[in-house]
Amino acid sequence: MFKCSLEKNQNLFAEIAKNAKLYLPVDNADGSASYGEWSEGVKWSDALNTAKSAKDFFFPQTEDLMGFKTIGKTIEIIDTRRNSEDFVVFGVRACDVKSFDILDRVFLTDPCDSFYANKRKHGTIVSVACTKPAETCFCSTFGIDAVSPAGDVSAWKTEDALYLQANTEKGKALVDSISSLLEECTDDAVNAQREKTAKIFDKLPLKNLSTNSFGGGKTMDLFDNPFWDELSSSCLGCGTCTFVCPTCQCYDIKDFNTGNGVIRYRCWDSCMFSEFTKMAHGNNRLTQKERFRQRFMHKLVYYPENNEGIFSCVGCGRCLTKCPISMNIVKVMKKIGGNKGE
Amino acid sequence: MNKITDTLIPAIGVITDIKIDTPDIKTFRIVTLDGKKAFDHRPGQCAMLSIPGVGEAMFSITSSPTNTEYMEFSIKKCGCVTEWLHQAEVGQQITIRGPYGKPFPVDDVFAGKNLLFIAGGVGLAPLRSVINYCRHYRDRYGEIDIVYGSRSKADLLDYKEIIDEWSADAGINVHLTIDNPQDDWNGHVGFVPNYVKELGFDTNKTAILCGPPIMIKFTLEGLVSLGFDKTQVYTTLELRMKCGVGKCGRCNVGSKYVCKDGPVFRCDELEELPSEY
Repeated sequence: MFKCSLEKNQNLFAEIAKNAKLYLPVDNADGSASYGEWSEGVKWSDALNTAKSAKDFFFPQTEDLMGFKTIGKTIEIIDTRRNSEDFVVFGVRACDVKSFDILDRVFLTDPCDSFYANKRKHGTIVSVACTKPAETCFCSTFGIDAVSPAGDVSAWKTEDALYLQANTEKGKALVDSISSLLEECTDDAVNAQREKTAKIFDKLPLKNLSTNSFGGGKTMDLFDNPFWDELSSSCLGCGTCTFVCPTCQCYDIKDFNTGNGVIRYRCWDSCMFSEFTKMAHGNNRLTQKERFRQRFMHKLVYYPENNEGIFSCVGCGRCLTKCPISMNIVKVMKKIGGNKGE
Repeated sequence: MNKITDTLIPAIGVITDIKIDTPDIKTFRIVTLDGKKAFDHRPGQCAMLSIPGVGEAMFSITSSPTNTEYMEFSIKKCGCVTEWLHQAEVGQQITIRGPYGKPFPVDDVFAGKNLLFIAGGVGLAPLRSVINYCRHYRDRYGEIDIVYGSRSKADLLDYKEIIDEWSADAGINVHLTIDNPQDDWNGHVGFVPNYVKELGFDTNKTAILCGPPIMIKFTLEGLVSLGFDKTQVYTTLELRMKCGVGKCGRCNVGSKYVCKDGPVFRCDELEELPSEY
């Protein structure tokens, strides 16, 4: 394990930024935080988490797939992909780090999505342990240890120092590249912080939220549960939960006429939207209840069925704070799961 | 420049022939720019066709894999992409990618079996690939029955091929029906599900079913009432798709993705899925 005095964190960022673009959570004027590119003087936010998740780095909200030139009856395909540059995402919380594993299982499964894979290849993740979890946090429900986050490099921020531990080859390379600012140390301070934070986690209101009623093979048990009507009745279908969710990965492919050709791009989509499954001859999910059910069944039953029991939720709590009608996955899990965890 | 290929990046194809099948169905013949077949496929598989600026959509490949020269797609005019295609002329370039999905088990499960094909309307398009594959390797299969129905005589897809070729083959029985009587029609009149029950097939067959959802539902019920087990019946589904490879989430039903786990399903497998297809 290595440490660096917190006073030197700007030097540390400068050193990282010499080799790669560096992104980290920064404060917004409205009190929220979002990922921003570091340049001299940009301060690392103390916020628990960013409003939007870190999935944008690998699965951007919109991204060009290819271009076309059409002249008369002919078509030419233009490769719009550029050489990717190495980048570092610094200060990712344990929940968001886990979301990359969940997205990998979708995008890197054969046939591998080269757009996503290319960004994964060029990105290095520096996670940071949580010290002040919120009441909306429930990552432990999904086996995530927020005091020992994964990532290429794990970091712990104490009152006076930043502690770093490399977990992968990419992580080692990053730590090596900033070694002039680091000193080797024991993990005593980190262990002390872990113990202290663990006590806070023990007191969180959602700590007993149970996944026992969910998982692969439960489709027919849960699909016709009478509570879907009640739970979905006030859903506006706005898709906010999907957009802030670190694991939602449904996408649309659309063509944009630039006036000088066509750009085919991919953008986030939501199974909560009424046109998501609309076809020329009909729609297989006509009501919001069906669309609402699809989102939660996918996260809690369908995804785990295809991925060794891993749920497609990381307990980050974003949907708990952002949903305009205060509906969320926790309420669904409690109601459909038989009020366990209350 | 990073030149990794990606399944989402298509190849260019050219329409070399357009056959007007019915008032709203045309069959398009497609090859690559150098005049070859775009890729090999198995019966029941699909391909993504697109017109840049208009959109991309999934279509079943109606030609048999045994056709090594080109691919054919029978396409009904009912949305943006299909309306555009119906206005296209020979020589028009489009994009094509695939093949996608799980094919019909023509080489293992179907081998040695008596086959009963049942189609309604444009639902014949995916089955034509299987039927012509089975006709090509005729000695691998037992007796073949084909029940096909449409709204009217003019709406019967591949009518000429059915009369001139399929009906003429030894060991193939073709049973055509239309929804309502008309002057120039001496054949059966009535809906496909009822006709299947009237014909009363022996259960020593494997049935392959495709058509509008309502027709599939009632025909399956009819087959079950004749004593067929759902493990003997195969069908092919159609849902909205964008990627074709189980990632965009659109055709997800239960834990399955119709684009990669289907479109071909055995009917007992469908019972394990929520009825959202």
